[in-house]
Amino acid sequence: MTATLEPEASIDADVATPEFEAAREQQKRRQGLFMALPAYLYLFVFFVIPLVIVIVYSFATRTRFGTELSGWNIDSYRRLGDPLVRDILLRSTTLAVITTLICLLLAYPFAYYMSTRSEKTRNLMLVFVMIPFWTNFLVRNYAWRVILGSDGPYSRLSEAIGFGEGRLLFTNVAVILGLVYGFLPFMILPLYAAIERIDGRLLEASRDLYASGFQSFRHVLLPLSMPGVVAGSILVFVPSLGAYVTPAILGGAKTTLLGSYIVTQFLSARDWPFGAALSFVLMAVMLTSTIVYFRKGGRTL
Amino acid sequence: MSGITEPRSTTKRVLQANIWLVYLFFYAPILVLVIYSFSDSRNVGAWGGFTLDWYRDFGDSSAAKGALSNSLKIAVVSTIVAVVLGTISALALERFTFRGKQVFDALLYLPIIIPDVTMAVMLLLFFSEAANIFGFSKGFATITLSHIAFSISFVSIVVRARLAGMDDKLEEAAVDLYATKWQAFRHVTLPLIMPGIIGGALLAFTLSLDDVVITEFVTGPGWTTLPVYVFGLIRKGVTPLINAISVVMLVASMGLVALSLLTDRARGESAEIE
Amino acid sequence: MTAAVDIKGVTKRFDDVYAVDDIDLSIADGEFFAMLGPSGCGKTTTLRMIAGLEFPTMGSLKIFGEEVGTLPPNKRPVNTVFQNYALFPHMSVLDNVSFGLRMNKVDKTTAAKKAHELIELVQLSGMEKRRPSQLSGGQQQRVALARALVNEPKVLLLDEPLGALDLKLRQEMQGELKSLQRELGVSFVFVTHDQEEALTMADRIAVMHNGKLLQVGTPEDIYERPANRFVADFIGQTNLLDAVVEDDDMIILENGTRLMAPNPLPPGTKVAMSLRPEAVDIGPRGTVPAEHQKTSLEGVVESMTYLGHALDYTVKIGWIDLEVRADAVHAEQRFQPGDEVAVWWDRTSDWVVAD
Ligand SMILES: Nc1ncnc2c1ncn2[C@@H]1O[C@H](COP(=O)(O)OP(=O)(O)O)[C@@H](O)[C@H]1O
Ligand SMILES: [Mg+2]
Repeated sequence: MTATLEPEASIDADVATPEFEAAREQQKRRQGLFMALPAYLYLFVFFVIPLVIVIVYSFATRTRFGTELSGWNIDSYRRLGDPLVRDILLRSTTLAVITTLICLLLAYPFAYYMSTRSEKTRNLMLVFVMIPFWTNFLVRNYAWRVILGSDGPYSRLSEAIGFGEGRLLFTNVAVILGLVYGFLPFMILPLYAAIERIDGRLLEASRDLYASGFQSFRHVLLPLSMPGVVAGSILVFVPSLGAYVTPAILGGAKTTLLGSYIVTQFLSARDWPFGAALSFVLMAVMLTSTIVYFRKGGRTL
Repeated sequence: MSGITEPRSTTKRVLQANIWLVYLFFYAPILVLVIYSFSDSRNVGAWGGFTLDWYRDFGDSSAAKGALSNSLKIAVVSTIVAVVLGTISALALERFTFRGKQVFDALLYLPIIIPDVTMAVMLLLFFSEAANIFGFSKGFATITLSHIAFSISFVSIVVRARLAGMDDKLEEAAVDLYATKWQAFRHVTLPLIMPGIIGGALLAFTLSLDDVVITEFVTGPGWTTLPVYVFGLIRKGVTPLINAISVVMLVASMGLVALSLLTDRARGESAEIE
Repeated sequence: MTAAVDIKGVTKRFDDVYAVDDIDLSIADGEFFAMLGPSGCGKTTTLRMIAGLEFPTMGSLKIFGEEVGTLPPNKRPVNTVFQNYALFPHMSVLDNVSFGLRMNKVDKTTAAKKAHELIELVQLSGMEKRRPSQLSGGQQQRVALARALVNEPKVLLLDEPLGALDLKLRQEMQGELKSLQRELGVSFVFVTHDQEEALTMADRIAVMHNGKLLQVGTPEDIYERPANRFVADFIGQTNLLDAVVEDDDMIILENGTRLMAPNPLPPGTKVAMSLRPEAVDIGPRGTVPAEHQKTSLEGVVESMTYLGHALDYTVKIGWIDLEVRADAVHAEQRFQPGDEVAVWWDRTSDWVVAD
């Protein structure tokens, strides 16, 4: 029994019968479907169909004039084994893994400490995590460009300390820095949600049973907060793997990553089938990791 | 539930240090950016005294202003559509059962977790195929349609959380008190989920204003948005003008956060009521 | 006179659960009617069907003679006080109370006037502007009551309305509800799982179990003449002794003891004899009064619990333990565990129920 946007269809009957009940049930189901339909259709047209098109394109042939939707082949997928492509895939994966690990290392103690605080402090701390989460991603990456720039604060500082003109901009380190900066909130939030839900008495009990704090972390806190660890890792790893803006702003010519490589296929190389195949790989990684996550009993991302 | 216990003192100090480190990491770059945007020096990163010149430049730049107005138009339209579709779908998912519900539920999650680049590629190919068939030019419509495609999911999830927290007995109480289903929605459900709808709208608006990659892929002549414009500038090099525009975008984001926190507080208050 | 609520052959099935299983029930106008039963027995479902929040799978449901089984809730002349009140958190007390009137298109001034009257009736004057969250549990309960009653329903439905209140407030509200109902003369259908509450408040009680209606009757009927073993066991504390009917006057216990127990059942029927602890007298062996010879048993005291105003004995009678409650003030003698005793009762205070 709830509000609905569909006018009530009348089912004529005086005395209740199983048919009447079934008809009402049916009517309610139809109302639900009817209400879901606009968004459903929208996503079907602007998400599912595009998805199918990407898959279709990845099997198409590239010609001099563009893409020919015939002569189906798996050349684009074969090219994933090319040394150049393999390098890019490897480098992207490595960078994404490092980014994820750094985020975990920073976020776990952060989220843990946050959940030991009073309600008021917790909420305040949360607000100050949410602000960067909401702040324009491009601008936040750009800020690092300014800091790491040729005579920005970073080089001045390193010169002052006597490290010489250490140059970070346009290196992998700068890209990792930008990615961590960009995605750290995505790690903190699910971790905090998972840790906060744990009953503190379990930890106390484990402190009674185990000698050290580390063991209680290892055997109680960590397993119980695992859903948060996995959710946060997916939320950091997947977009890092597909990052495009960050390497474009902070990375150099020699640090092409998967995301930028895909963009290149479309905006300059005009090799759409190959670009489609690369996108599909990225999507497959995402789908596999989320399916694994839900299989392992995770509920929300 | 009793909270998590206090860590030991050395551990505690390390943890506290980590907290400050993370906050420093979050906010120092933003602060630096804001400071340099007032620096009277062509040389970005060098302090040359206080000036508002770069903001004035932004005001004088018709390209930047055009991009800003494009961004706002797209954000407003896509937010409105996404809020309507997302809210109705949240109602359907939270209050009804129907065939295909699980598939729909899963489908709604995908635009959230899919990387920007992939979604951009999908929509690029889709719109070029569609343009081949129907013959239209890319621009406002294609960008807006794309932004709606990812915003619906965010709105739907935020509104759904709010609906899940609302006692559905309230709707029954309303119809028991002679309200029609529509009146029950209008007078009871809608006001109670309003904070969720506003939160979802702010999120959709922010996401639309922030998007670079998807927009860059589906845009057409004359429809450069502010982030795409800025991104283009950045790739050419760093200028004080970008600093100023960035700070304006930053302030806009902060304003939206503030708004969402205010509705969050309203949310908290009415949660208390329940 | 037409019944306020007339239910005939109503069944409600959820998938393969029969939440309500073919019940017949008639509630008179002006009656305080309680529906009693353990959790999950189908009380709420029955109430929701009367309200229209659930449609019966089968059966006829009439309110003052009019078939309403297929009408939506807003077309039925009944109102509900919900289990946890379901007050609208975003509305003031006044707006909550006048909600039904406004939905019924009563003009604003009349609606406000009536709402104020009801708020006064439930003694909440001066709280019109408050939000539900600013009220205590008892006050919220009154708002829920006023919100339903302001519409002058022909029948008021209450689903465990006192369940969320603490004991003292509960007892206070029981009295108030009862007098309110008398004053208004509206039928109340009151759902509860608390038998004491049902016994003290209701004119009539319906006992439900597993979706079935086991017995409908006055509190005396239900307590003193339970229709079957479940009702006897559920209402108050009782001893149930398995037996077989010998003739209209006698039954035979499992160990062969013959007891006097008037009953209308054919010989050979398996029955249980219900014996309330407070109806049983206890004394030393050989002191059983002559007139109770055929309604007595011998046993050994197993334990004694001192309750202040009463003494609770557990007496072992061969194969069964019997609970006996003796008045502490008037007891001539107190017994200790191990004492050999006899117990007896009035032939009118035992009650035979079919299995
Ligand atoms: N909407 C429903 N869907 C499925 N089963 C239900 C539903 N409502 C009630 N039931 C089942 O019907 C039975 C009776 O429930 P209810 O009427 O709420 O019992 P009571 O109010 O006496 O505790 C229970 O077994 C319950 O699980
Ligand atoms: Mg119930």
